[in-house]
Amino acid sequence: MFRIGVDVGGTNTDAVVMQGDAILSGVKSPTTEDVMGGVVDAVERALSDAAITADAVTAVMIGTTHFTNAVVERRHLARTAALRLCLPAAQCLPPMVDWPDDIKGAVGGQFWMAKGGNEFDGRAISSLDMAELDGIAAEIGAAGITSVAITSVFSPVSDEMERTAMARLAERLPGVDFTLSSEIGRLGILERENAAIMNASLRALSERTVDAFGRALHKVGLTCPYYITQNDGTLMSREFVQSYPVLTFASGPTNSMRGAAFLSGKSDAIVVDVGGTTTDVGALVKGFPRPASTTVDVGGVRTNFRMPDVFAIGLGGGTIVQGDGETLKVGPQSVGYRLTTEALVFGGATLTASDVAVGLGLADFGDKGAIAGLNPAHLTAVKARIDEMLTNAVERMRVSPDPIPVLAVGGGSILVPDHVGGLPVIRPDHFSVANAVGAAIGQISGEVDRIFSLESKSREDALSEARQEATDKAIAAGAKPDSIELLDQEDVPLAYLPGNATRIRLKVVGEMNG
Amino acid sequence: MADVLREVTDADLDAIEIGAAILGTGGGGNPYIGKLRCREQLKLGRKIPVIPLAELPDDALVVSLGGIGAPVVGVEKIEEGEECLRALRALEQELDVKVDALISAEIGGANSMEPMLTAAQAGLPVVDGDGMGRAFPEMQMCTWSIYGHREAPGAMADEKGNIVVIRATPDDVWLERIARHVVVAMGAAAGLATQPMRGDFVKRAAVPGTITQARDLGRAVLDAQARNADPVQTVIDQERGRLLMTAKIVDLERHLKGGFAVGHLSLDGFGDFTGDTGRIDLQNEFLIFRRNGGVEVCTPDLIVVLDSDTGLPITTEMLRYGQRIAVLGLPAHPLMRAPQALAVVGPAAFGYPDITFTPLEDA
Repeated sequence: MFRIGVDVGGTNTDAVVMQGDAILSGVKSPTTEDVMGGVVDAVERALSDAAITADAVTAVMIGTTHFTNAVVERRHLARTAALRLCLPAAQCLPPMVDWPDDIKGAVGGQFWMAKGGNEFDGRAISSLDMAELDGIAAEIGAAGITSVAITSVFSPVSDEMERTAMARLAERLPGVDFTLSSEIGRLGILERENAAIMNASLRALSERTVDAFGRALHKVGLTCPYYITQNDGTLMSREFVQSYPVLTFASGPTNSMRGAAFLSGKSDAIVVDVGGTTTDVGALVKGFPRPASTTVDVGGVRTNFRMPDVFAIGLGGGTIVQGDGETLKVGPQSVGYRLTTEALVFGGATLTASDVAVGLGLADFGDKGAIAGLNPAHLTAVKARIDEMLTNAVERMRVSPDPIPVLAVGGGSILVPDHVGGLPVIRPDHFSVANAVGAAIGQISGEVDRIFSLESKSREDALSEARQEATDKAIAAGAKPDSIELLDQEDVPLAYLPGNATRIRLKVVGEMNG
Repeated sequence: MADVLREVTDADLDAIEIGAAILGTGGGGNPYIGKLRCREQLKLGRKIPVIPLAELPDDALVVSLGGIGAPVVGVEKIEEGEECLRALRALEQELDVKVDALISAEIGGANSMEPMLTAAQAGLPVVDGDGMGRAFPEMQMCTWSIYGHREAPGAMADEKGNIVVIRATPDDVWLERIARHVVVAMGAAAGLATQPMRGDFVKRAAVPGTITQARDLGRAVLDAQARNADPVQTVIDQERGRLLMTAKIVDLERHLKGGFAVGHLSLDGFGDFTGDTGRIDLQNEFLIFRRNGGVEVCTPDLIVVLDSDTGLPITTEMLRYGQRIAVLGLPAHPLMRAPQALAVVGPAAFGYPDITFTPLEDA
């Protein structure tokens, strides 16, 4: 039973081969523009290092920041039509009202508001107007838009209007993709609508990317199922991620933190993941990333996803160092993936954090001669600044005086000193491919989302019934029974239904068997 | 921060959003949407002029207005946009008067923004003060009512074109009761404007300077974040408050009852509070804080829930299982602690007859 974990990052694609809890190999390869090349190269080398053949692999888990990066960089986003069913309510703040102009431009910024939507108690704000929807369909068709996000007021309580509107539009717009807000988010219309619009704008990219993953694995001879990791550390099928790419947001930090926990055997720690350009600092609590409690911006757009609480600073292996003494400036600019051509030790002309690490003997790569002329006092001053940046970030994420360890992972973690803010630093084996390990240990989930009647049972009984049902589903999907834990639960009473009804959404997770 | 607030600018809105949410003690609705709406008004070239309470002419006609409904509805069914303006016009028509200034009934939450929004639309100034110094769920709980003003007639408007004028009621509890039924029929969100007050009364009864207070509180949090200082401590220092507990939410029950969000959250302490359990009861706002089963802080003192790291306030509709929070107690304004106020906003008024209000600083 062999598993492969792959992490497709903006700079590197990493792959690991695992057998049970053992890591047989771990490699890094540059990410390619077509995604495929990097995956093929990394997986082939990982298989060969582990000395196993492709047919012995039972599952591949892929983590990717591709979709988050697309939003952050405003690239590959499809023009999207945002349809809100709300009138006469909600017209004072149209869709995308709080988006930065550049991303609004990247998705086309086109929206329609129409009659529809529900009250909190399930009544209609106004009925759907089919003639109005037909007119909107004609305009969307004429604009040549092929992805539509539909958001109806109170759709988490009743999704009927979103579905009816989708059916009507689909009749007139064959071949167009639809994203319904009720399938993605919870109450809070602006945030849910934002997520739906981003999802719709990523659908085409998702089709291409997931297809590229499939072709890459096929090329390497892997015929086993493959999964994509979600922001909460659980796995999604390829069909699912094609429809809901937005659910991969923040899976990168989640994978790196879960990978770090696995590699170090520590369940409570601060995780410092140093990449080429940025350092992500997060906290592990009982083996899970601590979730952010407030709304989280993705590329400047407000969402209400459950995301790990991550503090990012502009420090990485490629971070550019400028000036000295009073004018010393470390980052946030970075040479990024051009590190291997632009850093001094690689024959370039830019002083980077990596050069400083080599100069101080913390790392050994490239041409040391190229930095022989640097003033040692300057290097020490730069390092002191780097330590200070890391200490501030770690202090920020630390929430108790307990002496928990700091887990340093990622390719740039040579920059992390042996102690940060008085806490001991652990650099687990395979630290540079922690993300891929995190993907490989992606969890199986069981989810329940349905209406319970509290007529004849208490809320507590309904919750435990839902939990049992979700647990059974997770076990049926291949989770180890004794590893199952509650990840999230939410109950929304539906006051308008008879019988004291409540909608319970609950998710449990467990480790994959084998 | 000695500058006198004369006009609310775009930059002030970000700070007021945070400060108003802190003073909202979980309720009053999320001011984010109100901020965006005010910002849309400023983009149209409109202004939000502010009058300091002390400068209000004695004979000025001041109307207290705002949104009425359930906070969870406010983040889902956003207003059409001119609900409060239509309510104001209906009131002026009913009484055949012209109003001179607007004031917020509650600075806490979304109703900090509504009068500013309507001020921009109507071309009127907004008074720097409010009727609660925080948020409370019902109209008779504001200082206007507590110190002798009768709120009827009141005018309500929804997004659909319904306008209801409640011409006369025997007291403000009746006005609240009827308005509450009307707002549920309207879909749990409406604008409400009540009987104008004279400037001399407002100067006596309003909690003073609360727009400035919200702005300064928000600025302090933003500034602490920028300096990497502890924003939770900053809030405590600024408001002479107390840290009650740092905790994780281990259970959350919340349901809509008659247009209110009612429920409780259970807490497991961490950090200095490891081993403690806590419970906060809520009725739109956080009302009662218990430690290990015993009541420690209660209404009208402010129970504030902040994200334990960022110091940003968490409103009741944003609460989630597993969140890590800091619970703070802040003292209420003396106008809210007087005996006639406690009769209306003390624990007994919320269905806790066995709890006696003890000021936070004596608990």
